[in-house]
Amino acid sequence: MAAIELRHIVKRCGNANILRDVSLGVEAGEFLTIVGPSGCGKSTLLKIIAGLEEQTSGEVLIDALPADNLRPKARDIAMVFQSYALYPHLTVFDNLALPLRMRWLTPLQRAPAIGRFLGRAGRQRIGQAVQDTAEFLEIGHLLDRKPGQLSGGQRQRVALGRALVRRPKAFLMDEPLSNLDAKLRMSMRHELAALHRQLGATFVYVTHDQSEAMTMSDRVAVMMDGTLLQVDTPQAIYDRPSHRQVAEFIGSPAINLFAAHLERGRMRADGVLLPSHWDIPDNEAVTVGIRPEGLTLKADAHGWRGEVAHLENMGADLFVHVRTRLCDNAIVVRMSPQQGGLKIGETVTVARVISAPMLVFDRDGRRIDPRREMLSEVVNG
Amino acid sequence: MAARESRHAVALVAPAVGLMLVLLFGPTAAALVISCTDWEFGAAAARFVGLGNFRALAADPVFWKALGNTLLYVAVVVPACVGGGLGLALLIESRQRFRTFYRTAHFLPVMSTLVAMAVVWQTLLHPTIGLVNQVFHVVGLEGRNWLREEGTALFALALIGIWQNLGYAMVLFMAGLRSIPRDLYHAAEIDGADSALDRLRTVTLPLLGPVTMFVLVMMAVRAFQLFETVHVLTKGGPNKASEVLLHLIYVESFEFLRTGRGAALTVIYLAIVVGITMLQTKLVERRVHYA
Repeated sequence: MAAIELRHIVKRCGNANILRDVSLGVEAGEFLTIVGPSGCGKSTLLKIIAGLEEQTSGEVLIDALPADNLRPKARDIAMVFQSYALYPHLTVFDNLALPLRMRWLTPLQRAPAIGRFLGRAGRQRIGQAVQDTAEFLEIGHLLDRKPGQLSGGQRQRVALGRALVRRPKAFLMDEPLSNLDAKLRMSMRHELAALHRQLGATFVYVTHDQSEAMTMSDRVAVMMDGTLLQVDTPQAIYDRPSHRQVAEFIGSPAINLFAAHLERGRMRADGVLLPSHWDIPDNEAVTVGIRPEGLTLKADAHGWRGEVAHLENMGADLFVHVRTRLCDNAIVVRMSPQQGGLKIGETVTVARVISAPMLVFDRDGRRIDPRREMLSEVVNG
Repeated sequence: MAARESRHAVALVAPAVGLMLVLLFGPTAAALVISCTDWEFGAAAARFVGLGNFRALAADPVFWKALGNTLLYVAVVVPACVGGGLGLALLIESRQRFRTFYRTAHFLPVMSTLVAMAVVWQTLLHPTIGLVNQVFHVVGLEGRNWLREEGTALFALALIGIWQNLGYAMVLFMAGLRSIPRDLYHAAEIDGADSALDRLRTVTLPLLGPVTMFVLVMMAVRAFQLFETVHVLTKGGPNKASEVLLHLIYVESFEFLRTGRGAALTVIYLAIVVGITMLQTKLVERRVHYA
């Protein structure tokens, strides 16, 4: 278990700013997910923690000690790669044994011909550790195979095993599930979360899939364009995104965003009156965000009229996409399939669920908090 | 329906099969047939002699000398080119600077005309005015008549062979190096294989397996094809010290006009090359392709 701390990490590649002043503390034993669209710098950040890439400036601390001058091997951190990066010419056993051989055997004991006769005790210890890890991950029957003979899920387990076998201080995972099919990915999510609970080790997990981030982590760090926008628990990020981009990125289907403005203290969007508990100057253009579950369809309510453009029936939920004058995208409304009977092309009225939270973002995309005395009213309607 | 389809199939395959028959199997079959006759180039008639030509060759010391020389040449040139090419590729790939320049420079001999380059080498190796002996003289060593002495002629040719093929091996290895996923190096580094030697043993060499296989076969086949430099520089001399199979085929067939005997040599040569290629692919392929 190790705490990892990043202080003002900057990474430049030529003229490109890949990371701009990233500071982040990962607590010992925590499962922290860095989530963001591809190319936002999250993998680079992971490689900097691992020591595979060097930051332009800033510090990496592992267990409160500076790690910047330590090689990856000395940092005692394991990493799981998206491509698994298994050694194709080695059997599963040898893949798992390699990190131990590199650490527990001397160069002479690893030498091609004579090494076989040396370091018997070390070799036995390695064999035992590999067996234990393989049994733990239920890949004991695969030890003699080569990676090319394994399925994607099995390779994934071997990659995990290679990270696990030497009991490192922390695990770094770079999109480890994105090469698996959807069903396997779901079950691996549970397994990884369970593994984390069992080991109690520090996990830093990188993904572009917000649902992975939401379902597995203790905390989520949302990264965009080389900057950390928000680091918080999944629920807090969902409920109180600090930034419009965060709100857009987290949640599926995505949050509905539309323009609104203030006139004599009252906020309206396309003529529909909205609660006005925000300290915003008059005539200021803001963006309002309401999640699909915060909207409903009502025939005679005060709301936005539109046409049903698409119906997405997920079994438990029915997402109704309604084209309105509010914004270019269709507004998504979560309904129960039992309330069905809707047809594409039908005219409906979209209304706000009175008790549902509503987010307001300023011109720069930052979230504006409602006035303190109004907070309870906003929440309770 | 099925009949029409198979007619179409035959029509589509026919040109390729025809060309292969005319250009590959035809000449091979012709060589096989001629090798069993005493036909001399230009002669009106030939007599079937069975394995007579092969028996005569087996008793001919020149044939054994040529075969031995060819094998020795291959044994020197192939490891040097494979090892040197890999070393060069690793060195060039390890630094960004001048990469293209080095690559081009080392590849130039491959693209140049060997006959013309042989003349350059002849000048370099000339006993009195050659640069090699001049340099030897400056550092106080005794020069030699490299291409005219029995002990050095074949090795001088091997040196030229290495010079010519090294760049080819290097370019193939460079392509191979670039196809190794970066993630594997990263994984090796995290696993603790972070010294140059460990990295080479854990990732680079094993993953270059298929490429090395290919380079090995290419280099061996090219080395067996040794002819131009022998023809231009030594004519197989002195005293057959640099006689090799392909040159002997030429001499027998086109200078002595003993076409039957030349064909027998060709058959032996073909058998060796095909045999080596098959052996290499069969034996080693199983161990270098990780499926």
